[in-house]
Amino acid sequence: MEAAVFILSLVDCCALIFLSVYFFIITLTIITLSDLECDYINARSCCSKLNKWVIPEMIAQALATVLMLVSMHWFVFLLNLPVASWDVYRYVKVPMGNMGVYDPTEIHNRGQLKSHMKEAMIKLGFHLLCFFIYLYR
Amino acid sequence: VPNSYESLEGGGYSGTSLRCSLRHLNARSPFPSLSELSSALGGLGGVSELEAETLRPVNLLQERNILPPKRAPPPEPNLSNDLRKVNCSPDTFRCTLTNIPQTQALLNKARLPLGLLLHPFRDLTQLPVITSNTIVRCRSCRTYINPFVSFLDQRRWKCNLCYRVNDVPDEFMYNPVTRSYGEPHKRPEVQNSTVEFIASSDYMLRPPQPAVYLFLLDVSHNAVESGYLNVFCQSLLDNLEKLPGDTRTHIGFVTFDSTVHFYNLQEGLSQPQMLVVSDIDDVFIPTHDSLLVNLKESKELVKDLLNALPGMFTHTRETQSALGPALQAAYKLMSPTGGRVTVFQTQLPTLGAGLLQSREDPNLRSSTKNVLHLGPATDFYKKLALDCSGQQIGVDLFLLSSQYSDLASLACVSKYSAGSVFYYPSFHHIHNTAQKQKFQKDLQRYLTRKIGFEAVMRIRCTKGLSIHTFHGNFFVRSTDLLSLANVNPDSGFAVQMSIEESLADTSLACFQAALLYTSSKGKRRIRVHTLCLPVVSQLSEVFAGADIQAISCLLANMAIDRSISSSLSDARDALVNAVVDCLTAYRANGSNIQPSGLIAPAALRLFPLYVLALLKQKALRTGTSTRLDERVFSMCELKSQPLQQIMRMVHPDLYRIDNMTEQAALHLNDSVIPQPPLLQLTAEKLTREGAFLLDCGSVMYLWVGKCCNETFIRDVLGFQNYASLPSNMTEIPELQTTYSERTRAFISWLLESRTFLPAFHVVKDDASTKTSFFQHLVEDRTESAFSYYEFLLHIQQQMSK
Repeated sequence: MEAAVFILSLVDCCALIFLSVYFFIITLTIITLSDLECDYINARSCCSKLNKWVIPEMIAQALATVLMLVSMHWFVFLLNLPVASWDVYRYVKVPMGNMGVYDPTEIHNRGQLKSHMKEAMIKLGFHLLCFFIYLYR
Repeated sequence: VPNSYESLEGGGYSGTSLRCSLRHLNARSPFPSLSELSSALGGLGGVSELEAETLRPVNLLQERNILPPKRAPPPEPNLSNDLRKVNCSPDTFRCTLTNIPQTQALLNKARLPLGLLLHPFRDLTQLPVITSNTIVRCRSCRTYINPFVSFLDQRRWKCNLCYRVNDVPDEFMYNPVTRSYGEPHKRPEVQNSTVEFIASSDYMLRPPQPAVYLFLLDVSHNAVESGYLNVFCQSLLDNLEKLPGDTRTHIGFVTFDSTVHFYNLQEGLSQPQMLVVSDIDDVFIPTHDSLLVNLKESKELVKDLLNALPGMFTHTRETQSALGPALQAAYKLMSPTGGRVTVFQTQLPTLGAGLLQSREDPNLRSSTKNVLHLGPATDFYKKLALDCSGQQIGVDLFLLSSQYSDLASLACVSKYSAGSVFYYPSFHHIHNTAQKQKFQKDLQRYLTRKIGFEAVMRIRCTKGLSIHTFHGNFFVRSTDLLSLANVNPDSGFAVQMSIEESLADTSLACFQAALLYTSSKGKRRIRVHTLCLPVVSQLSEVFAGADIQAISCLLANMAIDRSISSSLSDARDALVNAVVDCLTAYRANGSNIQPSGLIAPAALRLFPLYVLALLKQKALRTGTSTRLDERVFSMCELKSQPLQQIMRMVHPDLYRIDNMTEQAALHLNDSVIPQPPLLQLTAEKLTREGAFLLDCGSVMYLWVGKCCNETFIRDVLGFQNYASLPSNMTEIPELQTTYSERTRAFISWLLESRTFLPAFHVVKDDASTKTSFFQHLVEDRTESAFSYYEFLLHIQQQMSK
């Protein structure tokens, strides 16, 4: 019994670690995007920085979700599932000719900068919500 | 009669007397009597007349002749006369709405796109060059001083884009042109909206570089078979003196098939030395200098090379093409200085980095469903273009292939490095002389046209407006800074804007495009264009000021973006919806007496026609067999050509030329230029007894009817009768008859300000080439597309949903 509780709490800790990594990545995204808006960096370096973290973000989110499933926290699992699937969808939907999810030739077109920023903000807000849920459950 | 009325009427009515206007009143029914009567009566108030004419409701279903007899000039913005005089020429800077709506809500109500179409580097006959040391700019927004600033007193000026008050520097108080002091508003910067400044060293990141030209030539078996090498070498030999540049100009050549070959052209060598690099996975530069040599010093060697090059590869057996490694080599070679790389490719690149697969399925060419593979297959060319753009290298692509060559991927190398794409499908020097001639003519212009290097362009707007999307060949480096490695006088750009804050407290909105470039002689210059437009608060005024040609071009750009990012059918639906929404908005706004019929304001009466023409373009059509490369090339053209060229491509001009008279002809330089009226693009207007000229911009067709009168065939074309006309005639002979002189005068007048001369085809009524002529008759029904009338009915049906 104690072993089960111990393992569960370990799993929870792992999940939290992954989520904090994810949190770090989101903050990095927001900072880089706002740097681009204010012209502190150019589009190419911004996009290469951000593209580097796309796969780690996806993996972190997916692992956290799976761990939730394993540790039988159904509600939290269901909460994280849309975010994980959105990450995967975004990655898969990149057209062949683009240089990753963040493409320097397209980022200034059609308000993509704004939409990426909005996406990152939503994820951040969602994360803070999750954080408080974990804290108080 | 003030200018405005003539321009609204579409011009052409030379002789503006009262009797003349009234006579035309009866002769031409499509033109309403309102403005003619009032102009005959001496005009009432300037503003309301202009608006009344452009807002006059037209029932499109009943109006049979909506085309004006001459191509309509761009609408004049509703400004005071002195502002109008100094305003930027519409050939350079054009807005889709000449009356800017005050708020985003008003713009949304009108359902029209707001954007600018620019041609900033176009060839100008008159350009004021400012040589003073101080360039006066606003301190906060860095706008250049322009004719639309306001001078508060002699010493302070208020910026028209950000409203900040700046000081006038002392040097500016002196006017070098009139040699007077104390009148800053008379200086040339404030009297002209298009000026060129000489930039000081503050505007340079490094000393201005000389012109460097590198030619990358495909010498595989395919390339040698097509025979382009001869044409190119001859053309370059003829134009070697005329390449823009000065004594520091450098030139180099690289050829490639399955390996990459460099040419050592050091002066002092007795003949050019070829160096072959066969390691294409890691291309390196064999020697450090003398691959790009000073043109003046090594001229003899360059000429030797150009004379020897076509013969060097006649027996080649290489069928592979290592374009990717060749481009990487070119990049390494040009990185220190930047410049222009011209690539000639005749097949799919099959070797090395950036190799491409054949993605087109010939069975799906006439598919009515989605067209696939409109975007690039790999990001190699895009990455390379961005690298080149960073080093100020522009890459131009000439594709001369007869098979599928994945232009969608290859064109990326030019798109993002501010280069141009040229395509000659089925090029062959013997079997396709028309393409060969076009290639020759295009090369002539390409090699000798003006060029700017290391350029950046910034477009600024009045506070409250912001630019959110850019169209054209360049790299968007930051929110409003466009990086153009090369800038040439034949490319146009478009931007879309949105209204972030209300413009309620201003009556004028201004736009400024500033292009900073290094001329081919190594001088750093800034070309500034400023456009001023009135701001309005009423929806009817927004409709009154709509510029339908600019709107159609901007919609074309948007449709192409949509077809690449989402799908072709989405883009086509969006175009139709644009018309439906706009006409619905007009109907909802106005008080219509006729609920039936399709009512549009006169300013937008050609909107459905232009959109139908767009839907039938190679870029956007479905159901008709279209090769993928031709489709992609048509998309590239729509995104990078200047507005007049696009309009001729989309809606060509049709004239009847076998019966041209001197009535209403222009008399210029003691030649008489007849002015036949524009005809609607439908087979109804063609008759077997006539000969018709179709001007599509890059190609011209002279269609000769079966029963065309023999005088015309004899006097203009030089043949006895219709039957003896050859099927591949590509030019009109210079005969000494009046008919011939008149026809040639007319055609040269049409071609006067064109930069790329069109290919010319004489098409007989029964020839197999007549399909290429008839596909431009956009008002007719085809097996997969509506006729104009059916399209109007379709729109009406959509509007009633």
